[in-house]
Amino acid sequence: MEKLNYKDIYPKHVIELYKNPSNFGSLENSNFEATEHNSICGDEITVQIIVKDRKIINAKFSGSGCILSTVVASLLIEKIKGMKIKDIKNLDKDDIKKLFGARINSTRIKCALLPLEAIKKALK
Amino acid sequence: MRMNNKIAKKLKKDFPIFKNNKNLIYLDNAATSQRPKQVIKAIIDFYEKDNANVERGFYTLAERAMIKYNNAREIIASFINSSPEEIIFTKNTTESLNLLSYTLSSVISKEKDEIVLTEMEHHSNLVPWQQFAKKNKMKLKIIKIKEDFTLDMKDAEQKITNKTAILSFTSVSNVLGTINPIKKLVELGKSHGAITIVDAAQSISSIKTDVKKLDCDFLAFSSHKMLGPTGMGILYGKKEILEKMPPFNFGGGMIKKVKWGSAEWTELPEKFEAGTQNIAGAIGLGEAIRYLEKIGLKNIADLERNLTTYALKKLREIPEMNIYNPGSEKSTGIISFNLGKIHPHDVSSLLNEKGIAVRAGHCCAMPLMKKLGIPQGVTRISFSIFNTFEEIDKLTDALKKIRNKLE
Repeated sequence: MEKLNYKDIYPKHVIELYKNPSNFGSLENSNFEATEHNSICGDEITVQIIVKDRKIINAKFSGSGCILSTVVASLLIEKIKGMKIKDIKNLDKDDIKKLFGARINSTRIKCALLPLEAIKKALK
Repeated sequence: MRMNNKIAKKLKKDFPIFKNNKNLIYLDNAATSQRPKQVIKAIIDFYEKDNANVERGFYTLAERAMIKYNNAREIIASFINSSPEEIIFTKNTTESLNLLSYTLSSVISKEKDEIVLTEMEHHSNLVPWQQFAKKNKMKLKIIKIKEDFTLDMKDAEQKITNKTAILSFTSVSNVLGTINPIKKLVELGKSHGAITIVDAAQSISSIKTDVKKLDCDFLAFSSHKMLGPTGMGILYGKKEILEKMPPFNFGGGMIKKVKWGSAEWTELPEKFEAGTQNIAGAIGLGEAIRYLEKIGLKNIADLERNLTTYALKKLREIPEMNIYNPGSEKSTGIISFNLGKIHPHDVSSLLNEKGIAVRAGHCCAMPLMKKLGIPQGVTRISFSIFNTFEEIDKLTDALKKIRNKLE
């Protein structure tokens, strides 16, 4: 059984990224877009993506969310820039955990997966 | 204040959870309470000394189990001033309300086609009636709340009419803490010939419930929100209505006579209790009631009110604090809030760093959150007899730090 401890769950860089998220905003000339909700926590995220030759040229996200969904969205968008659509489709929970770096409480994994779901929905 | 703390610290020693989690500040009592050692011991004692099935064996052990089990039902019945045959064992409030939604259609008159609820309902007192209304082609009407987070009784008077078949409402909002005018609502429902149902899950451990005085037709509550074990719930119902209703589940224990092609039902309350029941759960709940009554419900309400008054004052000192509570005189020990735009799930995760356990999110009341304009939900604290003023200080200090960190 996992032992409960009351240590800091979010490292400084996570908090900084939450306060000033990168890749936040909108893209005028995007050709792919989707919005995804998490009805449990009320989070909503919209992603806009520019794709050329089946590759991601640029992407941005907007909406309101918690630390997890905001920070993962910032990091994930950075990661997918330059990636091929078919490779993005293979990204999963483990990739998100690795990307976030800090521990994700098992009760909140859905928040962390919301940006990936939105991106996959947009590229469908 | 000093008196409060002294009692709380003494009572805290009864709860083993705090021995095993030294720095825990438990402020999520409205989700589920903690259990005192007396309740845990009663359950262990039953399993270790008296365990047998009830109503089935003719040996000494079975008799001892039966005596304890029946005794528990009597304790529960006398706690709300009903007779034991009107106490039906279920697994929780949700199942009690579902039992009604599956069996009530046979006792409501054909010309009545409306069900009235309030905007404060927990999903467990909304979704069953939503489905009931769809199935029986009835209309759902919802009594509004006012800006001060209390129920709009003028709206109640308009919505409860001669068409009202069922009036089902919560005694205390699990989000706002608001204590509803239970007696007045029941009277209003009765005056129009409606079946009246009270969801007492959030009031049962701090507000004295007397079903005879209230005169409601049904009342539901859960053991786990009143220091008792999980998996145990109660449905009180008036005998004359219960007798007219069909059983909810079929099987062993609820029959008088069975042939290959037909069956006859047994008497109340077993008619509604098919299969082996949660015997240890009933005994545990009986012990929890004994424990609550020893402290006294009035004293519990006073302890929780003092904590609520203090917490509201301290929370209001924090900038950008939005509080959804009608004031400690009109509520139980439940306070929901939002700290600026910080997501409640983040507030809860960050409070956890300090060992503070709170609820965060929609609290099973999504339509109410939408009405309040907060789809992300709230952070909710809820008190019990072991909480202290120092714990509230620690909470508000932690909230100030979270705000400084994230804003």
